[in-house]
Amino acid sequence: MDTELLLIILVDGLVYASYLFMVSVGLTVICGVQKILNVTHGSLYAFGAYLCATILIVYAETGWPGAGAFVIMALTAIFLGIVFGIIIERGLLRFLYAEDEHIIVLATFAAFLILEDVLLLIWGTNPYIAAEPLALLGQTDIADLPFDNYNLSMILLSALVAAVLWYGLRRTTFGKMLLAVIFDRELAQSMGINVTRVFLLTFIVGSFLGALGGAYQAPAISVQPGIGVEVIVLAFAVVVIGGMGSIPGALIGSLVVGVARAAAVHLEPVLELFVIYMIMAIVLIVRPQGLFAPAKPRKI
Amino acid sequence: MKHGQGRTAVLLASVAGVALVAGAATAQTVKMGIPTFLTGAGAPAFGIPAKEGVELIIRGINNGELPAPYNSVGLAGRKIEPLIYDEAGGGTKQVTELRNKVQKDGVDLVVGYISSGTCAAVARVAEEVKVLTLLTVCGTPRVFEELVKKPKYLFRTMSHGTGNNTGAARYISSKFPELLKDGFIGLNQNYAWGQDSWRDFNLAMKIVAPDAKAAKKQQFPKLFSGQYGSEISALLRAKPKVVHSSFWGGDLEAFIAQANARGLFKRKTFILTVGETVAYRLGKKFPEGQIVGTRGPYGMYAVDNKSPLNQWFQKEFRKTYGSPPAQPAYQYAQGILGAKYAYDKAMKDNGGKFPTTDQVIKALEGATYTSLAGTVRMALSHGHQAVTEDRWGVTAWDEKRGEMVVRDVVVFPPDCVNPPDGVESVPWLEGGMKGAKCG
Repeated sequence: MDTELLLIILVDGLVYASYLFMVSVGLTVICGVQKILNVTHGSLYAFGAYLCATILIVYAETGWPGAGAFVIMALTAIFLGIVFGIIIERGLLRFLYAEDEHIIVLATFAAFLILEDVLLLIWGTNPYIAAEPLALLGQTDIADLPFDNYNLSMILLSALVAAVLWYGLRRTTFGKMLLAVIFDRELAQSMGINVTRVFLLTFIVGSFLGALGGAYQAPAISVQPGIGVEVIVLAFAVVVIGGMGSIPGALIGSLVVGVARAAAVHLEPVLELFVIYMIMAIVLIVRPQGLFAPAKPRKI
Repeated sequence: MKHGQGRTAVLLASVAGVALVAGAATAQTVKMGIPTFLTGAGAPAFGIPAKEGVELIIRGINNGELPAPYNSVGLAGRKIEPLIYDEAGGGTKQVTELRNKVQKDGVDLVVGYISSGTCAAVARVAEEVKVLTLLTVCGTPRVFEELVKKPKYLFRTMSHGTGNNTGAARYISSKFPELLKDGFIGLNQNYAWGQDSWRDFNLAMKIVAPDAKAAKKQQFPKLFSGQYGSEISALLRAKPKVVHSSFWGGDLEAFIAQANARGLFKRKTFILTVGETVAYRLGKKFPEGQIVGTRGPYGMYAVDNKSPLNQWFQKEFRKTYGSPPAQPAYQYAQGILGAKYAYDKAMKDNGGKFPTTDQVIKALEGATYTSLAGTVRMALSHGHQAVTEDRWGVTAWDEKRGEMVVRDVVVFPPDCVNPPDGVESVPWLEGGMKGAKCG
């Protein structure tokens, strides 16, 4: 294999991995802290994409500076993260924390189905295309192939999100409280940590990340019914590979899947569909808890 | 009379009354079940334009607005009572839906279906429940070549997919042979439609352009993948200048957005077999200079067709929905016109009396009827599978009209791109398209 092809596989793999990381990191944050497999994460992605695309279409007609599109993406994600975070966590999940995990998954699945219909009620069945920001950043030639800088910028955004999350968890008081809750919810509560508040803030952050994934993807895709379903399946695969609730796991899981998929597309395209789930199956056989699953305390 | 008995009598009388009213209503109408994608990925590019086409043509038929030869009211004089329902949910759900529409709602006929998967699932069931079913859009040749070889109730009112890909191969090889110097490559979704489309195109190319070789590696991304960065890199690196793709709907729109940003359409010429479905929606964002098809003479290929019937459809569609009619609108309308033709003819043959389903079937079998933009010939599979001409051209933005149009159009007669009656598609292509008449 020539070096040029290797480089292209790496770049393609990184771009895809950054997309996977953006759609799975919010899910893994919530999973780690609240021990919930949050199916509504797919809806947050879809709402982020729809709302952002709608605003971007209107914004494009104003003739205002293109850079404003990135502000719109951030504000859209913050708005949706807060609104949906509060509605879903306070309105649904807080009544179910004492229930079995399976009940909570089913409840979030029910909420996901409702939100899918809400999307249809608001935006209908027509797709939205807001591709202007895609052309805004221009192209860069790598190994004689043009790559659009917008997709390359997603690598930077993912790195930034990973760094902020790492710093927030390891270097801030809230992060340390969060780690304490992850380690042992009851013990953390007995030490005076307001677990209810931690749960709400975590869910808002997770929802924000889901919406940010959708908002940033909006210019690169056709925003249409069903995008939330596709994303949640992929995000689950990444979370299972990386380990439920592990942020480094989501990062490494995304990288493994992203690069493997890019290699398949370039070297043996028929394996493209198979490769993600093959990796997931191997991980489940060899290390069922995932590559970077957080250690669980043994209670006596 | 006791109170209980009185209540029962009133209830029975009410039920009987409702039944009589319902019976009276159905006696005056033809109940038509119309499945189309109202939700999900198939809705925007196919399902919704199809529904709009259905609503318009039924309005025209029920009000007697259509020009000749369909300027009489209703089907055999009875107005159509449409039951439009969602095709989403997969084959198993649609089989249940079909049974419900026949057994609970009492539909007289079903006109519709977009997905080849759905058509494959309902084909045998339509025969089993004995309901006249006109498939409108789905393209898989397997319907009559494998699943229902001796149909009675099942018809398809447009050409199947083989004709479309054969037309594509004939067009590129005759119109732009220089582009095939480095061969050709495929980008198709990894499911039945994508794989069958590539197979037919590849087989046809072996006959019409034997010197042009297919690339060793074809791209088959997952359906609804949405992310095509790696595929675009692979296509940019590939030697062939020509890319065959049966992408549709949101996948096609996402691919176009991502490919535009990387200049792919400046380096390669695409044959987009159903590209027309998104060309109007994308407007100027749809790439110029690409080869597009409609599996017939529909949508962009019908804009300048001067027949009064077509001009009525174009004018009323634009007036009603604010956009030009794309191919699904035409294809569904064509199915309903097929029903009108059959009912009206059957009534005439029945001495002016309303016909039975068997008489309607007899009228449609092997018939040739006028559609919006050409003639439909029920020529294959014992007169149950339609053939039409197939048109191909290259996209260009028309500044004056403010919409995408097609230039360098070539019209292929039905017998040039479809197998003769009694011959299956793949053996026909493998055998060198024997019997093809291109005039």
